[in-house]
Amino acid sequence: MKEYQTITEISGPLVFVETDEPVGYDEIVEIETTDGEIRRGQVLDSASDHVAIQTFEGTGGIDRDSSVRFLGETMKMPVTEDLLGRVLDGSGNPIDGGPDIVPDERRDIVGEAINPYSREYPEEFIQTGVSAIDGMNTLVRGQKLPIFSGSGLPHNDLALQIARQATVPEEEDGGDDDGSEFAVIFGAMGITAEEANEFMDDFERTGALERSVVFMNLADDPAVERTVTPRLALTTAEYLAFDKGYHVLVILTDMTNYCEALREIGAAREEVPGRRGYPGYMYTDLAQLYERAGRIKGEEGSVTQIPILTMPSDDITHPIPDLTGYITEGQILIDRDLNSQGVEPPVNVLPSLSRLMDDGIGEGLTRGDHGGVSDQIYAAYAEGEDLRDLVNIVGREALSERDNKYLDFADRFEEEFVQQGYDTNRDIEETLSIGWDLLSMLPREELNRVDEENIEEYYTDDEAETVEA
Amino acid sequence: MSQATESDVREDGVIESVSGPVVTAKDLGARMNDVVYVGHEGLMGEVIEIEGNLTTIQVYEETSGVSPGEPVESTGAPLSVDLGPGMLDSIYDGVQRPLDVLEEKMGSAFLDRGVDSPGIDLEKTWEFEPEVSEGDEVESGDIVGIVPETASIDHKVMVPPDYEGGEVVSVESGNFTVEETVVELDNGEEIQMRQEWPVREARPTVDKQTPTEPLTSGQRILDGLFPLAKGGTAAIPGPFGSGKTVAQQSLAKFADADIVVYIGCGERGNEMTEVIDDFPELPDPQTGNDLMARTCLIANTSNMPVAARESCVYTGITIAEFYRDMGYDVALMADSTSRWAEAMREISSRLEEMPGEEGYPAYLAARLSEFYERAGYFENINGTEGSVSVIGAVSPPGGDFSEPVTQNTLRIVKTFWALDADLAERRHFPAINWDESYSLYRDQLDPWFTDNVADDWPEQRQWAIDVLDEEGELQEIVQLVGKDALPEDQQLTLEVARFLKEAWLQQNALHDVDRYCPPEKTYEILGAIKTFNDEAFDALDAGVPVDEITDIDSLPRLNRIGTTPDDEAEEFVAELEDDITEELRSLY
Ligand SMILES: Nc1ncnc2c1ncn2[C@@H]1O[C@H](COP(=O)(O)OP(=O)(O)O)[C@@H](O)[C@H]1O
Ligand SMILES: [Mg+2]
Repeated sequence: MKEYQTITEISGPLVFVETDEPVGYDEIVEIETTDGEIRRGQVLDSASDHVAIQTFEGTGGIDRDSSVRFLGETMKMPVTEDLLGRVLDGSGNPIDGGPDIVPDERRDIVGEAINPYSREYPEEFIQTGVSAIDGMNTLVRGQKLPIFSGSGLPHNDLALQIARQATVPEEEDGGDDDGSEFAVIFGAMGITAEEANEFMDDFERTGALERSVVFMNLADDPAVERTVTPRLALTTAEYLAFDKGYHVLVILTDMTNYCEALREIGAAREEVPGRRGYPGYMYTDLAQLYERAGRIKGEEGSVTQIPILTMPSDDITHPIPDLTGYITEGQILIDRDLNSQGVEPPVNVLPSLSRLMDDGIGEGLTRGDHGGVSDQIYAAYAEGEDLRDLVNIVGREALSERDNKYLDFADRFEEEFVQQGYDTNRDIEETLSIGWDLLSMLPREELNRVDEENIEEYYTDDEAETVEA
Repeated sequence: MSQATESDVREDGVIESVSGPVVTAKDLGARMNDVVYVGHEGLMGEVIEIEGNLTTIQVYEETSGVSPGEPVESTGAPLSVDLGPGMLDSIYDGVQRPLDVLEEKMGSAFLDRGVDSPGIDLEKTWEFEPEVSEGDEVESGDIVGIVPETASIDHKVMVPPDYEGGEVVSVESGNFTVEETVVELDNGEEIQMRQEWPVREARPTVDKQTPTEPLTSGQRILDGLFPLAKGGTAAIPGPFGSGKTVAQQSLAKFADADIVVYIGCGERGNEMTEVIDDFPELPDPQTGNDLMARTCLIANTSNMPVAARESCVYTGITIAEFYRDMGYDVALMADSTSRWAEAMREISSRLEEMPGEEGYPAYLAARLSEFYERAGYFENINGTEGSVSVIGAVSPPGGDFSEPVTQNTLRIVKTFWALDADLAERRHFPAINWDESYSLYRDQLDPWFTDNVADDWPEQRQWAIDVLDEEGELQEIVQLVGKDALPEDQQLTLEVARFLKEAWLQQNALHDVDRYCPPEKTYEILGAIKTFNDEAFDALDAGVPVDEITDIDSLPRLNRIGTTPDDEAEEFVAELEDDITEELRSLY
């Protein structure tokens, strides 16, 4: 292995080196400082006589006398089933004091794209026990469904609740007789130690750690490492899912920190920035992470992703949530107002969406009336929300009886349907039956999105009267 | 993609530098846009810049691990597609490699690199039935025979446009592969079922004509208010989740085109899987055959190489033009053209070109208009008429239509279907904003609708537009004072508008019946709402209070016409109109 002491320039996270032998694009590099410390990096640009290297742990301590070794291979993740139960740092080294990891295989962390022809369309309902999700924005196996949140909001509580409660109903009764087990991969990027503890405590308390692999890049860890952490996590997830048959749930938090790291590298390379200073290739880059969710024809396992991001200034049009929403299969919105009203989880269903819901629900999957109930609640809640603005101006008395019913509906929807607490696990029957309690407040003829037979079966007349009384 | 056949000997080069999808090479003997094979693995790429001895190449595959010093080989031919029977019922990547063949060759569900495959099966035989005999004179573009390609489509074998033509000296009939000669001309030209065409060049035509026939879509708001012409262009911009993909897929399923080319450009993998799963199960509303029999899919999803995303729209439109040349009406959907524009931006920034607006290259507008110009209703060089309609989804960042891709697209296309986040949030689908959208084809298509659907189609439509306009104005007042403060006639207008929105404009793409609405039914639903309107205003004039008018039992049935099967709809509507009339008249 050739060693160079020909660093010409150090700038931000980048190091430029003169070379006299060709170096592969994306190859891994080790830089040894004069103090004998080893830093790792990756080739960003390779020309015949020089390369640009992006260091993962920052360039502090590197000088022109440091030596550079090119390892002749792209970045790999050692994978094995024994990773379950382990805690690793953001570069994949164990930090739990456990034994060395003996890999089965070392896999390229830049995964290859799944051939669209080889995918299996995701349609297995995952019951999260959270009504705002199960009832209104159903998650299915193999989906990528991010949580869009804001700083200081309880997105972690929701993510943990999902990780604890997620089941696939038939399997619940039948046991895991298809031999597939559930695993959680947790990839932390730039979160605080406190947040990290929140996750770890919960994993330990519930015994979930045994079936989890944790990758930790904390707020004070190198920012550039954050571009590697999710790739290590997803490589592990793909291995467990498509080689070992696990149903893997990947939680990535916080994607905002990941994107900030991308921006930092872009700026250091003096690239032409895209919108708001983020690189023009951020869509492609994010897609290469998010598209690693899914199911494959003929394979037992699945990769389901729940990335979490905090929207800068709660702005959904900011490039990070915007590009994410263009790639993921929906989004769950955490809402500041609902949170201050004490709604747990404070999910605003109106801007939330699960694009894969329609194929995962209905007769034989959840229940025949599910689609209709959800559509009807959406329409009614949206109408109630509109009326709230009006009430502020004209007062309740100026509204018709019909309008008042919609206002009451919106209130009760938040208080009874969305509100449930982080420890309540509702099955889909319960969620739908709360839905019908609420819909029964509205006049029967207003229910134009539900089939007649369902109205016959589930609508209760007295609810409408109680409200009138 | 096409396997280059030209065999001029060209000099091989050596890689000088690698930066993501952009590679430079020294000493390469290649022309602009030539296809080259890069590195030891032979990754496919295209020449995009030549400066002195340095050639810049965009590579259609991942370049991890590729290093300077590796060889580059030129094919001496531009990026071309294979055209011939077998394109329908296929799914390709952005450079026309069949994805099913790749799966088989790679033996994996994951896309490996350096694997190539022709766009059409070279081994398969097709039944060729000649349309010419020995001694006939044929010119370039002429149809010389027919091949039953799918249950829906007879594939026309044509003299390639770059042939001279001449007298037929021999004709075959029977089963042949696409590379075997089926017709020979006196000047030595040999015609096979397969031809090649460079994707960045429009296939020649005689004349572009003014479109006068609608591409009916089975979507009420489109056919009813903002129709697209066969040979027309349309854009569907909207933020994420507003319904671009559902709209594109509905058009691909139900539009009355002969051929559909559906391009998933830089979007989700699962959306393509959905099409692959659904289309074979669905009948084409025109022929009753399964939808794949008229469909060619191109999938270059967001995680697939970005350079191939740039080329996939060209691959698609070249295939579309080929079927147009046979005299077919082709509809092409590109979801999403913004991803194509972003791919241009990504490559351009790697080339360190001077950026234009928002980092897009200065040639963005030119590329977009060149592409949309390939749409149209044409007289072909063989005398047939055919059309290519292009419908492009646009994904504006933050849903803001003032950005360059949306704005440059709107300057070109004649139909604008504006999707609206607010409507989508309240699950009003399709979330097409009826105030902002427009179709410049409306007037030229009216004669078709009056001849084929109903005499008073334009008047009924105008009535609906007027009511919706009035509702828009009234809503502004309602926001300030509440509905009950309005006079009764205006309250009634609001009710009528509510039915227009709920029963007519809204259409559930997920409902087995509602997802497709023939123009006749679109007209009937509107008629039923109009009947209610007229009878209701009569009742109001006779002193019946609005509350009583809107409380009649039959009214909610208006919302159920859409989900009533097409063959029962007419009767359902007739009965409903009678009931509404009777109930309302009994009130005074
Ligand atoms: N016509 C429609 N009928 C019913 N649902 C629709 C319709 N159009 C859109 N939707 C809903 O909206 C969601 C997002 O639509 P999609 O076309 O994927 O949006 P986009 O491509 O603009 O991001 C779909 O998953 C579906 O639930
Ligand atoms: Mg879409």
